[in-house]
Amino acid sequence: MSAHAESYDPNVNYLNRDWSLKSWLLTLDHKRIAWLYLISVSVFFAIGGFFAMLIRMELLTPQGDLLSPDTYNRVFTQHGVVMIFLFLIPSIPAVLGNFLVPLMVGAVDVAFPRLNLLSWYIYTVAGILVILALITGGVDTGWTFYTPLSSTYANSQVMLVAIAVFVNGFASILTGLNFLVTIHTMRAKNLTWGKLPLFIWAMYATSLINVLGTPVVAITLLMAGAERVLGLGIFDPALGGDPILFQHLFWFYSHPAVYIMILPAFGVISELIAAFSRKKIFGYTFIAASSVGIAILGFIVWAHHMFTTGMSAYAATVFSALTMLIAVPTAVKVINWTATMYQGSVSWETPMLYAVGFLGLFLIGGLTGVMLATLGLDIHVHDTYFVVAHFHYVMVGGAIMGFLGGIHYWWPKMTGRLYNGSISKVSAILVFVGFNLTFFPQFLLGYMGMPRRYHAYPEEFQALNVFSTAGATVLGLGYILPAFYLTYSLFKGEKAPANPWGAMSIEWQTPSPPPLHNFVTPPVITEPYDYEHELIKEQIAELKKHVKPQEVPLG
Amino acid sequence: MANGHSTTLHHHFESYDQQRNASSLGMWFFLAQEVMFFGGLFTAYMIYRTQNGLDFAVASSHLNIPLGALNTAILIASSFTMAMAVKKSVLAQRKAIVGYLILTLILGCGFLVVKYFEYAEKFEHNTVPGSSFEFHVEPELIAQYDLSPERVVTMEKRAEIFFSLYFMMTGLHALHMVIGVGIGIWLMFPAMAGKFNMDYHNPVENFGLYWHFVDLVWIFLFPLLYLLGGNALAGG
Ligand SMILES: [Cu+2]
Repeated sequence: MSAHAESYDPNVNYLNRDWSLKSWLLTLDHKRIAWLYLISVSVFFAIGGFFAMLIRMELLTPQGDLLSPDTYNRVFTQHGVVMIFLFLIPSIPAVLGNFLVPLMVGAVDVAFPRLNLLSWYIYTVAGILVILALITGGVDTGWTFYTPLSSTYANSQVMLVAIAVFVNGFASILTGLNFLVTIHTMRAKNLTWGKLPLFIWAMYATSLINVLGTPVVAITLLMAGAERVLGLGIFDPALGGDPILFQHLFWFYSHPAVYIMILPAFGVISELIAAFSRKKIFGYTFIAASSVGIAILGFIVWAHHMFTTGMSAYAATVFSALTMLIAVPTAVKVINWTATMYQGSVSWETPMLYAVGFLGLFLIGGLTGVMLATLGLDIHVHDTYFVVAHFHYVMVGGAIMGFLGGIHYWWPKMTGRLYNGSISKVSAILVFVGFNLTFFPQFLLGYMGMPRRYHAYPEEFQALNVFSTAGATVLGLGYILPAFYLTYSLFKGEKAPANPWGAMSIEWQTPSPPPLHNFVTPPVITEPYDYEHELIKEQIAELKKHVKPQEVPLG
Repeated sequence: MANGHSTTLHHHFESYDQQRNASSLGMWFFLAQEVMFFGGLFTAYMIYRTQNGLDFAVASSHLNIPLGALNTAILIASSFTMAMAVKKSVLAQRKAIVGYLILTLILGCGFLVVKYFEYAEKFEHNTVPGSSFEFHVEPELIAQYDLSPERVVTMEKRAEIFFSLYFMMTGLHALHMVIGVGIGIWLMFPAMAGKFNMDYHNPVENFGLYWHFVDLVWIFLFPLLYLLGGNALAGG
């Protein structure tokens, strides 16, 4: 690293050293690949959001007046496919993970920079296939591709989308593999496992699932696809094949996939809560271990999606109990975060608003998950809006809050610019309020018996659906605002110091934005989140010279 | 970094040790991924095999055991030549690396040729799943197990599932062999240029791991698909 320091020029960083298109599309720099991913996942978030908007507009009235039943099937399927496979799964790992994993372990890059770029191209091919499918008629099987609907009966673009999901899987596998090897072999001297930031532990656990789970859904879709195209008969009931086997194999990946989406958010929240409570995180070891625990437990609970398929009552009971067990490591996290905030000097910057919002929403999502794990209740609310509300609380209220919180927290590091504090706080509050207004009514609707995936519904459900659509409008506004003020800050924002939040992990020890090879001088490794350390006191003193003290808006 | 083979040490690694560790750990994680990939298929096979034991045994008796055994022998031999190539690459013996790699590739291609003849046989006998699938249970078997006409019909349907799994599993395995041969050819260039030595041999070593893994898959496929059925019938 000393070799790089000699040629260090403070005016040149990873962004401005070369702006040519070629330098971006052929970049091997993990920080630039993070940007490629940020731009692409944002595009797919907008596409998925567009389909969500159509759904909410259709459900404003009880009659199925806006979309035909067939079109509605396609719209909700495409909302799910795009949001899950092309936005949520890559969002935090491929954007924040790519940017931060090498920085946080004090490495020059990930272990396999070329595979890293390859993973973005694979993702892009998958994205293009999905867009191609959307243009040529879309897909109507639901994002779960259940056989025999997908393999025999559906007459939409099932194959294109299944191939896209198959291909996209290899993008996640490569990213996961890269992170695992980077964390194992590229850590700076003295940065032992026990000193790694909790975000790294979360990325480690996520990557394990990516590497071990994704190939199973890949092979499953390959089997269903071969059945559809080549006429093989693996899940075909006419030959004695078992469509339920497809569901088992599908959920073996797709339940852990929930943790691919939420574990990275846990990692982000751990960083945010420690930084904005200015306190050593409470229960470091427990939070780190619970990430890995959730990843492992996540592999043995999948059949809770299948309680109504007529599976054996004994198996169902075991899966129900195992599912409830997941509440333990999850609660460990929530309790430790709360304990960290307790008696900390909490400051309500924008990222912290997202973190606290996350705590509230995820708590509801998690607890309703325990409710759904109980057999009796699950059978009552199976395939209703209760389930829809539950997984949106986890995946939107959890994962997207984490993603936005993380983007707002590391934005100064990624861009070297600060964004407008007041607008961003307003937008964080809009997201929180809009989210609850959208999805809380859906718990009630589901409990009252409104089934999911229908374009029309009885009139008694209308009032709550109007609430939900109104909330979705507020939520949409909360999501659109950052696109504007963040883009504005990219060009016109105030210059950011190296450590604008006075935070402790080592990515804040390098200039914002970082130079090509990440660190100018080897980073100082401390105990994790040691806010009593001399280094941080110096940096905060430095910070006070540069940045006007911000007002505390909610205090 | 000023030493002779600086071109083989990528700039983001600090030492050859770190580069080798990273590269082989990456390969092991990749193989774990492969285990799960094939694992989905093996799971499906095991479940159907347990549910339809006799049906699968009958279907399995239509596979060509001598050709399968020949291929098993070919692959085991190729694993030996591959292991030798890795050993020679550590010792930086340029000609020996190239020689063993060529032997490995020849054996790999031999496997694929035998597989081609096996597949061709299936196409001739219409035991390829799809609309033209045809499977008839031999009269001796019907007599031996006293099968009702309905039972014979279900047996013929289950045979289509067996052959679906057979083509899926062996096909995916063969695809891995084709990819392996491709990587092997690509490795010939650095091997001939004498790039491999004590410090830098991880490409050959990783290719070896991949090759052994693909062999190992076959070591499971051969008994599961070819042998289990034949034995059950002979003993019955
Ligand atoms: Cu689940």
